[in-house]
Amino acid sequence: MKYSYFPGCSLKGLGRAYEESLLPVMKHLGVELQELDDWNCCGATAYMAVDEAKACVLAARNLALAEKQGNRPIMAPCAACYLVLNKTKHYFHDYPAMKETIDRALGAVGLRYSGDTPVRHPLDVLINDVGLEAIKQKVRKPLKGLKIATYYGCQLVRPYATFDDQYNPITMDRLVETLGATVVRYPLKTKCCGGSLTGTVPEAGIRLVYILLNEARKRGADCLATVCPLCQFNLDAYHAQVTAEYGPVLVPTVYFTQLMGLAFGLPERELGLNRAAIPFKWRPTEAPPVKAAAAA
Amino acid sequence: MKQQANGEIRIGFYICHCGHNIAAMVDCPEVAKYVEKLPGVALSRDYKYMCSDPGQELIQKDIREFKLNRVVVASCSPLLHEHTFRSAVEAGGLNPFFFHMVNIREHDSWVHTDRKEATDKAKALARAAVERVAYHQALEVKKVPIHPDVLVVGGGIAGIHAAMTLANAGKKVFLVEREPSIGGHMAKFDKTFPTLDCAACILTPKMSEVGAHKNITLWSYSEVTKVDGYVGNFTVTVKRKPRYINEDLCTGCQECISNCVYKEPKFLDEFNEGLGKRKPVYIPFPQATPQVVLIDPEVCLNFKHGVLIDKCKKTCVEACGEKKAIDFKQTEEIKEIKVGTIIVATGFQTFDAKRVPQYGYGIYPNVYTSLEVERLVNASGPTGGDVLLRDGRHPKAIGIIHCVGSRDKKTNRWCSRVCCMYSLKLAHLLKEHTDAEIFNFYIDMRTPGKSYEEFYDKLLEEGVQFIRGRVGEVTDWAMTPEEEGKLVLRVEDTLAGFVRRIPVDMVVLATGLEPQADAQAVRRMFNISCGSEGFFLERHPKLAPVSTFTDGIYLAGACQGPRDIPDTVAQAGAAAAEALVLIDRGYIEQEPNTAYVLEEECSGCKSCIPLCPYTAITFDEAKEKATINEALCKGCGTCVASCPSGSIAQRLFEDDEIFSEIHGVLVS
Amino acid sequence: MSSTTTKPTSPPAPAVVPWQPRIVAFFCNWCTYTAADLAGVSRLKYASNIRVIRLMCSGRVDPQFILDALARGADGVLIGGCHPGDCHYAEGNYKMLRRFQMLKRMLNDLGIEEQRVRLEWISAAEGEKVKRVVNEMVGQVQKLGRLGIPQKFEEWDKEMEHFAAQVAEKAATSPCACAAPEQPALATA
Repeated sequence: MKYSYFPGCSLKGLGRAYEESLLPVMKHLGVELQELDDWNCCGATAYMAVDEAKACVLAARNLALAEKQGNRPIMAPCAACYLVLNKTKHYFHDYPAMKETIDRALGAVGLRYSGDTPVRHPLDVLINDVGLEAIKQKVRKPLKGLKIATYYGCQLVRPYATFDDQYNPITMDRLVETLGATVVRYPLKTKCCGGSLTGTVPEAGIRLVYILLNEARKRGADCLATVCPLCQFNLDAYHAQVTAEYGPVLVPTVYFTQLMGLAFGLPERELGLNRAAIPFKWRPTEAPPVKAAAAA
Repeated sequence: MKQQANGEIRIGFYICHCGHNIAAMVDCPEVAKYVEKLPGVALSRDYKYMCSDPGQELIQKDIREFKLNRVVVASCSPLLHEHTFRSAVEAGGLNPFFFHMVNIREHDSWVHTDRKEATDKAKALARAAVERVAYHQALEVKKVPIHPDVLVVGGGIAGIHAAMTLANAGKKVFLVEREPSIGGHMAKFDKTFPTLDCAACILTPKMSEVGAHKNITLWSYSEVTKVDGYVGNFTVTVKRKPRYINEDLCTGCQECISNCVYKEPKFLDEFNEGLGKRKPVYIPFPQATPQVVLIDPEVCLNFKHGVLIDKCKKTCVEACGEKKAIDFKQTEEIKEIKVGTIIVATGFQTFDAKRVPQYGYGIYPNVYTSLEVERLVNASGPTGGDVLLRDGRHPKAIGIIHCVGSRDKKTNRWCSRVCCMYSLKLAHLLKEHTDAEIFNFYIDMRTPGKSYEEFYDKLLEEGVQFIRGRVGEVTDWAMTPEEEGKLVLRVEDTLAGFVRRIPVDMVVLATGLEPQADAQAVRRMFNISCGSEGFFLERHPKLAPVSTFTDGIYLAGACQGPRDIPDTVAQAGAAAAEALVLIDRGYIEQEPNTAYVLEEECSGCKSCIPLCPYTAITFDEAKEKATINEALCKGCGTCVASCPSGSIAQRLFEDDEIFSEIHGVLVS
Repeated sequence: MSSTTTKPTSPPAPAVVPWQPRIVAFFCNWCTYTAADLAGVSRLKYASNIRVIRLMCSGRVDPQFILDALARGADGVLIGGCHPGDCHYAEGNYKMLRRFQMLKRMLNDLGIEEQRVRLEWISAAEGEKVKRVVNEMVGQVQKLGRLGIPQKFEEWDKEMEHFAAQVAEKAATSPCACAAPEQPALATA
């Protein structure tokens, strides 16, 4: 299982903890990740809204690079990168005019995108390529007693829901249960976190963040698990503003990869848990020693 | 060219203007002039409307006057008027099969935009027809006798009405129904719109009539497994599933049920949509026809996983006493019947609401489908007509969501036609039973039938609230204290212009109508087609809504498309009438396009024998040659094309005829 | 996958060019012919290069028809039948498919391009598909150019005549070893 790894800007910046926990987890599972050489920003949702053609070309460059460097499927952990790359692939296939533009632009720098490279999310890879059985084997410290509200955000399911249900995704739920945790029924799992509104229109953004955190608390969740660095950031970093407006709701938000790392018993300092604003203090207890398997 | 016995070929060619339909794109006079010069053509005319009476009379006059022995008409599709012109030719004294038709409307003037190209194409097609028709021979129509018995598949209101109509006309009807009782979906309804007649009250008398009618053989709990044959001559295999009750001996007293070792009903009740419970021995509903109980071998203690183990006390047998109607050793019975016509009335299934998880069906206990609510409000339902939620409360506010699984690109695109009306009906009934606040969320209010709009007006006066907007989601997360413990519907109120949150206690999903789950398997069995949405395909959507492309098989009811009860009954009557046409005439005329063996040329290689799906070809051991039974041959021509020595020919589609057409279209 | 807002569009009808291919089509009565009628009733517009011959079933299509059409100057042949499993006569279309697979190999050996002979399953409700297939095929065959088998026959005939004339000339002008030897007299009984 080899993939071209596309971290995107946030995993090297504010979403550092995501990469820090993703890489050792993948290595532990035997998934080979080769970071894409000379990758560029995917443009995220902002550029797409400003100039679609340029944005697609920008994103397509990464796809072309992946084809040049070993032609493996791309793994894009950041939900926005995942969506943008996927969208570019769709546009390439569905709109001949866009394909022409991309071909021309890439051709000018000696690159070519065939249209075939798959774009995968780590959740997709974990559930479908690695398999829950293999993951279960690696669990040393089951997350027993941890109640999690799985939060997918919007970009993994809208507009394309490629590996999970659009209204009621469950891949992360299944993953987290395999790790031994309990999934709390959380009806807001795909509700918007506010995205960039927390910065641009705070009244709207902070309110959305509050709704998500409050409901998680009401449902008895010990933490929220996310797949997107912006979701994690919104839910985590604005608790001061949330408290000021609505009152304290200190539910920590972690990346699902961090939970995996904890369950696998990987060294904590490798998981970036110290980077969160609302600290996640819960830790699994050591699992009882595994009894020797009875002779067949 | 083949010559007629006494002389040359004399072809009369007619090209029709069809008003503007053909003439606007094809230069008809030019085509007529072109054809006039072709060999064998005695006269060539263009005319405004060939299919009209004067047009047909013109052909007849010309046949006599010009001693024509072949006729070609270039106009619309033969599927439309071949029959018309053949009859005209016959009336003119010429064998109708000396006629050939050219399609220059559906295949030319209506689909092309360049006048020269369209005219050239018309010339080529006309030439092909002129060359072909010279090879035509005189033929007689095939007459196929029609067996007078009828098979009606499906015992819902459509099947019941069709069966009754035919039985009252004196025909013998086999009514096969898959469920243990007839009645279909209608038996589950409480009241019917717009009159609010009690469904059971209007249905059960018809059901009893069916059960008692001397001309109807009712086989319930049975399925059709195989259909062989063709119009007038179908051989149908029916599998009768074991009830473990002897139908003839059971009186429907239901003592067995009261005395079952299970003191309380324990198993989910299918008729009540899983809202109620039944025992292993049960009757689907009180007015079931036939009034016979049945035993479910999956849960009866006397069986294990459906296999008889004979370990139960069998208090039921004791209670049955002298009637001795219970027979645990009963096995499935295979019956074979011969019928001449078949009416397919297999009905619909409701949309599975789990496919729209945003509405919470199966996630929140108080979200119901419309069929479940029909059972709740029904006095003979699992709660005796008390609208009691799954969590034991009575609802104070109810939301009814229209178009669940209808008018939706992601699930079903069509409008299911009855949901607006039944949602209004349910709103009325729920208001009556609970006096709750009722909200109907609709996209459009579709009330097309007689008294339907007036019914809607009545509802408006009853204080039901109508919100025009497609509900986005049903959720239990509360934004305000008032919403705690409620189900909140988030919807854009498009008339008011903003998004609203409406908290309710109960949500009713107006699920749409779909084809049955096994529609594809069923239609293959009957050799009919399905349309693109999966409902059975009618022969023509406007003019032949009850016949199919397979002669002798008719459609009735929702299996052909979503419809309400009045339309279903009308259609069932229509299907019965069409079947009666065949039965009373006693025969059907079929095109004489059968295959025949040229005996001198047949080498007896037997390549053709296994090819015929109608087993019309057999090997004559004495002659050591293949021989074709014309009565069985349906004229597909597969054997004709497969014969290595070209010893099989097909009337109306002779090799010469087709080669001449190929030549004709390609002459430059 | 969730839908984007695009709709698949059929390729536009080919632009007017000097040379137009001629395509002969064999349509089965119950499905494809009806679908073509539906295309007509729906006033869909498509290329006029096609000439339809109506048969009851695609199973009636003899490979000889296809070859004859090509030999007489067709640039392409289209066969239309019911979808597998839907044949009005149960299995005729399967028999057609079998023959078609064998015929394709033969056509390949003859150097006739695959796009010139096409088998399509078109059901009675698929008027749009008739339009799409016809337009597509005409476009493809147009790119391939004239098949021109009758012209080729003429050329080969001329070639043969030319060679025959050459040989005759040679035999007439110079007696050579290749002249036919005198037949030895047969012994009389």
